[in-house]
Amino acid sequence: MRLPRVLALILGLFLAIQAVGALAVTPDEVLADPALEARARAISAGLRCMICQNQSIDESDAALAKDLRVLVRQRLVAGDTDEEVIAYVVSRYGEFVLLKPVFNWRNALLWGTPLVLLLVGGGYIVVASRRRKPTSAQVLTDEEKTALAEALRRET
Amino acid sequence: MVEIGHFALVLAFALSLVQSALPFIGARTRQDRLMAVGGPVAITAFAMTALAFLALASAYVQSDFSVLNVWENSHSAKPLLYKITGTWGNHEGSMLLWVLILTFFGALVATFGRNLPAVLKADVIAVQGLIGAAFFLFVLTTSNPFVRLSPAPIEGRDLNPVLQDVGLAIHPPLLYLGYVGFSVCFSFAVAALIEGRIDAAWARWVRPWTLAAWIFLTGGIAMGSYWAYYELGWGGFWFWDPVENASFMPWLAGTALLHSAIVMERREALKIWTILLALLAFSLSLLGTFLVRSGVLTSVHAFATDPTRGVFILALLAFFVGGSLSLFAFRAQSLQPGGLFQPISREGALVLNNLFLTTATATVFVGTLYPLALEALTGEKISVGAPFFNLTFGALMVPLLIAMPFGPLLAWKRGDLAAAGQRLYAAAAGALLVGLVAVFFVDGVTAFAAVGFGLAAWLLIGAVTDLVLRAGIGSVAPAVALRRFAGLPRSVFGTALAHFGLGLTALGIVSVSALQTERIVAMKPGDTAEISGYVLTYDRMEPVRGPNYTEDRAFFGLATAGGRDLGEIISSKRVYTARQMPTTEAGIATRGLSQIYVSLGDPAANGGTVVRIWWKPLVTLIWLGALVMMAGGTMSLADRRLRIGAPARRKIRPATAGVPAE
Repeated sequence: MRLPRVLALILGLFLAIQAVGALAVTPDEVLADPALEARARAISAGLRCMICQNQSIDESDAALAKDLRVLVRQRLVAGDTDEEVIAYVVSRYGEFVLLKPVFNWRNALLWGTPLVLLLVGGGYIVVASRRRKPTSAQVLTDEEKTALAEALRRET
Repeated sequence: MVEIGHFALVLAFALSLVQSALPFIGARTRQDRLMAVGGPVAITAFAMTALAFLALASAYVQSDFSVLNVWENSHSAKPLLYKITGTWGNHEGSMLLWVLILTFFGALVATFGRNLPAVLKADVIAVQGLIGAAFFLFVLTTSNPFVRLSPAPIEGRDLNPVLQDVGLAIHPPLLYLGYVGFSVCFSFAVAALIEGRIDAAWARWVRPWTLAAWIFLTGGIAMGSYWAYYELGWGGFWFWDPVENASFMPWLAGTALLHSAIVMERREALKIWTILLALLAFSLSLLGTFLVRSGVLTSVHAFATDPTRGVFILALLAFFVGGSLSLFAFRAQSLQPGGLFQPISREGALVLNNLFLTTATATVFVGTLYPLALEALTGEKISVGAPFFNLTFGALMVPLLIAMPFGPLLAWKRGDLAAAGQRLYAAAAGALLVGLVAVFFVDGVTAFAAVGFGLAAWLLIGAVTDLVLRAGIGSVAPAVALRRFAGLPRSVFGTALAHFGLGLTALGIVSVSALQTERIVAMKPGDTAEISGYVLTYDRMEPVRGPNYTEDRAFFGLATAGGRDLGEIISSKRVYTARQMPTTEAGIATRGLSQIYVSLGDPAANGGTVVRIWWKPLVTLIWLGALVMMAGGTMSLADRRLRIGAPARRKIRPATAGVPAE
């Protein structure tokens, strides 16, 4: 029991260092062209640092993240479009690298849940409210109306 | 003392078993004496847990390294505050805090539930006891904080440096008060299902507990967000980290519950749905506990990576969630449906609110668990991160936020949408104006961001509109309006404040997302960097020795572009000696509602230091908004309606002379 815990601690320490080292993009990486750099930042924010917990390569301090950032910039300088850069990175590192999963059948449940729930829930509410519409019993008869008018007249 | 604590914990477990059995049997057989056992036992269980907690805390304060848990997570050189907060800065201690708060709520129900029907009270206390017993068993068998270590080491291994912060004193207790507070709603729901009877009075009893839990959870999440913002060093305020999502899901479900309980209390409608939400809110809290404690997700927060714990919590989760939902499936049909209403009405608006909030909860749920499920089932690994949540969650929030100001303006049963719309002309005009000004006169605002600014203005003005109209400001004499304003029910203020707070938070988020600027520079002493009208001068770097760390402290001078001095920003990099672990301490200067955020990086190639500077406009509104929401909740909690059993005695004003008595 002791050993796994020690391992876990070391792993935890390692991850924590990754997490709090904090400084990501360094000045030497930044591209001279501000438009290109802005595109690089936007792409980086959507790519996962593979060895970190839920961090994009834009936020991460890990060496691997830096390599990826440099790679993204190299491809951009070489003239790739944003889509081409992302496709290139995915071809090398797999879909795991995308923080926004691709829109395909395998991920249908992921992407579909909000829409399906909204439609089903909304549909149910509409149907239920139709079915339980107040009946005409709430409309007063002529007799009741005269009685009401009489009562009101007396009141004033 | 440690053994006394251990013993008290075992005793609390035994008491919880009694608490879960006797009142329940009493309620079924209608024996008053057995039912009455619940209250005192619940209070005693709390006292015992408190004793156990104090024992552990005192071991921490005294740095008693003969206790394994203290040795693993403390250090004699640690400042006193962190010795105390370190008690719950680890898995075992935080679970002890969890049960402490659980028994605290049990004791509260026992103390303040005097006017509850005896059967309902007995059932609620019994369910609380059952939850307590399960978690005491978990603590005692898999996460016992009182395990001794022999021989006792001389020095401890110190607390994770990220946790050595005042945030640890506030964030977990608030969060747990929120999480565990929903257990009371859960117990009430289960009790109602057991008896198969539920009415408006039930909703009135449950609402204060929901409100209280919601207030704490709001505070806990906001505090956690601010803590991450200044501690993690890259200035993000929400990362859609699974651990954050784990606390966000109960909040969303709890917010939905808060609103549906209003409908139930006022109109006896949505009974079944409200019960289901009450079950879900606590189930999601349990799920959050499982996700964080089991080590399923490894992150900064997850101290636990022992699989036996994970399996135990999973079993607890299955028992309570599965059990309560089965009970729901069997008994929900026996509940009488309540009042009818038209789709366009206050009830209808609250149903819409529930539809969107529940869908949002499900979206976060699926997004958090989908990668785990996919990997378990097919072995494929995908990531679901911030871009996914921003897109889907954002898309769900927009219609909800647009609809929000309409809600309080619609009448119960049958509302008039056109009339409500007319009353919101001012808010609509304000929103349009803000959007236009943002897109044409503020640099860097895209059309998309301008819509965000407009939406925030719509929420803010919309929230005030309700108060203005109810008080009749502008349509009656000022004195009358003032009197009416002061006489409005506190729950009306509560609604307006909470909605206004959400508007503030939205404004903060939109502003930071759209207008934040960033500079990454390598600086040497004497260098300056300019950002959004401010000039930062790197003055010097000094080594400093703290109680249990050493740090390189960088001093920056802040001035306006015109050269007016605005004081100093200190930003540093620390290394905690015991664990040899580095952290960054960001330097933050608050200017009005905005902040300048300075974070230090590694030494740069030119011999200087990499410095990252952000201008974060209106960023503080994100958390101030949460405080306003909490104030709204507190206001609502103070409403006379909810102070049940204590009808305020109205002061009889002495009759003025000259008015004949009728």
